[in-house]
Amino acid sequence: MANLVNMPKLGFDMAEGTLIRWDKKVGDSITRGEVLAEIETDKATVEVQSTYDGVLAKLLVEEGQAVPVGDPIAWIAEPGEDVSALEAPASDTSVPGETMNEKVPSPDLIPQPQQSSKTTLGRVKVSPLARKIASERGISLQGVQGSGPGGRIVKRDLETLLDKFLSQDTKKEIRPLPSPNPLVDRSAIPADEVVKASRLRQAINRRMTSSKQQIPHFYVVHEYDFAPIMKLRSELNALLPEDQKISVNDFIIKAAAMALRFYPNLNASMKGDEIVRHGHVNIGVAVAVEGGLLTVVSKDADVKPLRLISSEVREMAARAREGKVRPEEIEGSTFSISNLGMFDVEEFSAIINPPEAAILAVGSVKQTPVVVNGELQVGTRLKATLSADHRITDGAEAAQFLQCMEDFLEQPMRLLL
Amino acid sequence: MAKITMREAISQALWEEMERDPGVFILGEEVGVWGGTYAVTKGFYEHFGEKRVRDTPIAEAAIVGAAIGAALTGLRPVAELMTINFAFSAMDHIVNEAAKLHYMFGGQMVLPLVIRTPGGGGRQLGATHSQTPDAIFAHFPGLKVVAPGTPADAKGLLKSAIRENNPILFIENATLYQMKGEVPDGDYLIPIGKSTVQRPGKHVTLVTYSKMLPVSMEACNSLAKEGIDVEVVDLRSLRPLDMDPVLESIQKTNRAVIVEEGWKSFGVGAEVASRIYEDAFDDLDAPVKRVAQLEVPLPYNRTLEQSAIPQTADVIRAVREVVQ
Repeated sequence: MANLVNMPKLGFDMAEGTLIRWDKKVGDSITRGEVLAEIETDKATVEVQSTYDGVLAKLLVEEGQAVPVGDPIAWIAEPGEDVSALEAPASDTSVPGETMNEKVPSPDLIPQPQQSSKTTLGRVKVSPLARKIASERGISLQGVQGSGPGGRIVKRDLETLLDKFLSQDTKKEIRPLPSPNPLVDRSAIPADEVVKASRLRQAINRRMTSSKQQIPHFYVVHEYDFAPIMKLRSELNALLPEDQKISVNDFIIKAAAMALRFYPNLNASMKGDEIVRHGHVNIGVAVAVEGGLLTVVSKDADVKPLRLISSEVREMAARAREGKVRPEEIEGSTFSISNLGMFDVEEFSAIINPPEAAILAVGSVKQTPVVVNGELQVGTRLKATLSADHRITDGAEAAQFLQCMEDFLEQPMRLLL
Repeated sequence: MAKITMREAISQALWEEMERDPGVFILGEEVGVWGGTYAVTKGFYEHFGEKRVRDTPIAEAAIVGAAIGAALTGLRPVAELMTINFAFSAMDHIVNEAAKLHYMFGGQMVLPLVIRTPGGGGRQLGATHSQTPDAIFAHFPGLKVVAPGTPADAKGLLKSAIRENNPILFIENATLYQMKGEVPDGDYLIPIGKSTVQRPGKHVTLVTYSKMLPVSMEACNSLAKEGIDVEVVDLRSLRPLDMDPVLESIQKTNRAVIVEEGWKSFGVGAEVASRIYEDAFDDLDAPVKRVAQLEVPLPYNRTLEQSAIPQTADVIRAVREVVQ
């Protein structure tokens, strides 16, 4: 029997979606989970997967057409089934604007987790153990899909989530081992390779050499309890589509920018015998690009909402990687952040990006044993190292700045207010 | 280590303790000349004589009453009741005297009394001769209740019971007398009030005792083929009830099934489950499941009787449900 596919509801306020592209043609076979089409909403473009196995029998919507939520878009039939009689069912939505909000979200497609673990009273069904793990690890249970009986959230669901979270930042690929041949056949050892340093490489060379030679760096390391951020982040991200999720670094940008307001000597430049304390707080974010790195700048990050910082950094970083970054996007930073957290780094020290006074080097969020009230517990921690220019600032001030960041990072609601 | 039956293990324990301590004696119906209804005391009468192996009238109240009197004078009686169902006739002596004399008289006397009795169903003996009322007896403070599930435990626990200065109800299972198991050679004791892990596992904790131990072990072997690794905790004593191995196991497995032969309502499973909820709530990843006898007087008809008593398949089903 053929199944009708409807326009899915991809966000709570989505009324209609534009079908941008069919990823399958009529006659193509399709399996559960395969991408059927791309749909654009007000917020994002989302790939939509099929929940049926079969053959794409008939398209009811053309590319570019806007379709109210719940309206049919295609038929998926069984192989060999006679599809000549398949039609779009008569629509009863003569005035789409009035009725479409009442449409039931389509169960046909699985763009987002569908079964929630909420009972009819809105209480999340969760085993006592899973509840304990969630509170210890700072995981929000909202939006977690339970695999236990009746959708109950059980331990394995949180383990899956934790695994996913940990592997997201430190995706481990198995690297191929070098061929053992050179050990036997010495002629197979490659000769030295001489490559011309790219212009970017040369610029990095000049700037970093002069920075490390001329600026007296000193370093201060601070460890932050990141459980509150991770909890808040999972709560916020449960509300956001995939391409708008807020990263750990976004929180750090915001916290650093807000803390810099209190420590203007770290948001400064040395100019001859004068120190310029900048009025704007513009945070440079180091982005690894082909053959080097660039610093994209989130301007006035202290007053920008977190979501805006997140989206503009994401877009600028993407452009930087594609080589399409605009000049104004990499200029004017007054303080920089370099984050190697995604590479499973405990901590590191960065070289100051002149003419700035300091740079913050950020490590990975790690589960680690900590002592709380004399008891050993599993904690969530992140280490950050501030490299600062001793001509402009001193150790105590740098340390206080890092402590000020702690006020924001460990009570992250303050970043949202 | 010799492989012997439960009957031989119990018989050895009695024999060794009677040889060791002249104060130990046996009384009960058919225990002497006949050698015991289940042949546990065969040869005792001939060896130890009629003063130490005493046949009694068919009067359970008299058997327990006389045993209590003997214990108060310093002897160590081992009273045998033909089945636990007949213990109801001696209930007043067991509950109001044996369980309370030491307490009510301020500890002036001790009561080194063992009441041995087989319980359980499955042999088509009808509703009044097939019950598993273990939980009733475990309800009373002052009375220890022991119920072994292996020959080795039976011997070690019975020897401990005979040497103990408190009244003990020692519940055997009539269908287990033929069961064989490895039993250590010579004199050894197993402490009363200590549960033990009979099978290590990691996915679910199965709590059981007595007859349901071998039934559960069989289920575990079958579940292992499905990749479900069950840890089996044998309670061995219902009072005192040692929950430590159960709770430790649940910390590891996060799931529990309790298997008992008796009825579910107000039963051993109810008690164990409550204690798990009280002491291990945060370790649970699923509700605790009980497997128990159907809530009917046990039928005589063999098919009906078997379907009322927990079988291997019932245990397998319950474990699968809990690990879901």
